[in-house]
Amino acid sequence: MFSVYKRELQSFFLSPIAYVFMGFFLLVTGLFFATTNILSQQASYNSMLGNMSFLFMLTVPILTMRLLSEERKNKTDQLLLTSPVSVLSIVLGKYLAAVSVFGITLVVSFIYPLTLFTFGNPSFVEIMTGYIGFFLLGAALIAVGLLISSLSENQVVSAVSTFGVLLVLYLGGVDILMQIINVSWINSLLNWFSVYNRYETFGQGLLGVAPIVYYLSFCAVFLFFTVRSIERRRWSEV
Amino acid sequence: MQLNETAIAQNAVISVENLSKRYGDKLAVDNVSFHVDRGEIVGFLGRNGAGKTTTMNMLTGYISSSGGSAKVDGFDVLSDPFEVKKRIGYLPEQPPLYMDMTVNEYLTFCCNIKNVTKAQRASQMDDVCETMNIQDMRKRMIKNLSKGYKQRVGMAQALLANPQVLILDEPTVGLDPRQIIEIRNLIKRLGKAHTIILSSHILNEVEDVCERVIIIDRGQIVAQDTMANLARSIGNISRMTVRVLGADKQVMRAIHGVDGVTMVDELGVKEEGCMDYIIECTRAIDVRKGLFFALAKLGKPIMQLRPHDVTLEDIFLQLTTADNSESEEKN
Repeated sequence: MFSVYKRELQSFFLSPIAYVFMGFFLLVTGLFFATTNILSQQASYNSMLGNMSFLFMLTVPILTMRLLSEERKNKTDQLLLTSPVSVLSIVLGKYLAAVSVFGITLVVSFIYPLTLFTFGNPSFVEIMTGYIGFFLLGAALIAVGLLISSLSENQVVSAVSTFGVLLVLYLGGVDILMQIINVSWINSLLNWFSVYNRYETFGQGLLGVAPIVYYLSFCAVFLFFTVRSIERRRWSEV
Repeated sequence: MQLNETAIAQNAVISVENLSKRYGDKLAVDNVSFHVDRGEIVGFLGRNGAGKTTTMNMLTGYISSSGGSAKVDGFDVLSDPFEVKKRIGYLPEQPPLYMDMTVNEYLTFCCNIKNVTKAQRASQMDDVCETMNIQDMRKRMIKNLSKGYKQRVGMAQALLANPQVLILDEPTVGLDPRQIIEIRNLIKRLGKAHTIILSSHILNEVEDVCERVIIIDRGQIVAQDTMANLARSIGNISRMTVRVLGADKQVMRAIHGVDGVTMVDELGVKEEGCMDYIIECTRAIDVRKGLFFALAKLGKPIMQLRPHDVTLEDIFLQLTTADNSESEEKN
């Protein structure tokens, strides 16, 4: 697993992908930080982070689109799948590499709250909790992107589908829209999948067990489906 | 016969029994059975789309089989995939290279996923680079290498971890003639320490490199034997061309009179004053001596005598076209 992880992380930084992801992410969060926190002299950093959750729709596809699609297209999956490594460790290695790039980006973004600390006295614990929630949210969405990337050998298809799925998940968390749809089973389904909404308690500075378990099991389920999707193709008879 | 087959199966490094792969309602590989003994070099011969790659992909565990079993060194591909994968080095048709890595980085990665220990890694990498003659390329990016070097890096990857079995899918495709000869010699050298299966649709390649040939057509094995046995099985007729100086009608009659000759035909004038004849004769009798004396009696010197060996091409065409006409009728 570690060797796949290392190679994938290296490949992120050898290609422009990691830089495009980090640059775009930090640019947009920086803009929002400047307007909502600095210019309007507000110290509530977590609500800014919460507002940033829409950014995942645009950035997660950049990170995940090529993870498994490219292997299939270049036939390098033949090397991985005929080597003595399990499919699970391939999937985990790739997933953790993408999560690491995201994690590194978040670490860089610590500059923003640090600016707040020099000018005021926001709660350190609250901001860290917000970060933990934001990280878990991103990790869950990366797992969705990884699954979609395993379904197609075309990076563009994989990126656009990931965007579409994340958009549906996002809209599932918008209350007004839910009131308009008002079909109970669709609402409860989308509510169950409302990954974005689970961030709220973290934003309030509450480190609850339930949302953490929710996010971790969400990741686990999607990683499991990714493994199944690769296995299924090997057994495919069509 | 039955007993004999079990004895072979026990010696075999690779034993494949009734292996099949279904795609939709088409059988890409249809009940294929064969054995490969330790240290053998076996050629997998067939036209494009005959099922060579599918069989290899099933042997290496890249895809699963729809039926039958494949064992490598006694381990079943489906129930013990790790043990099988440890014993196989696989070079797919398109070498599985990461273009954004240097040769060194790539081979290091391959060592890691093939569980080569850190202590052995450097020496193993040096070894395979030397075998494949890519020492000078080790710091180059793979995407900048020529097709021939890419193929060699792919092969170097297959050699890492020193697997017992090498499976090479069309190892010389897309190479220039000099590189093809190099790779063939290399395969012959590797055959001393490894069991090798290689696939090809180039007949003389298989003829040159392999001890045994498995001919596969439309998913089925149509023949598997040594080259010599295959040549024998094709029939007991051999052909030769003879060039005679100052030929006339008499010569033809004289050749026809030689013991063992079944057919003579004029091929035409290829050298001034000479005539070429093609002769068909039974394999049991050596007609060359009789031919010499018959023509000497006429005072017509033989300028050239060229026997036609039965080539793999003949065997291949005979085996696959016989089937072909049958299936075309069905269609």
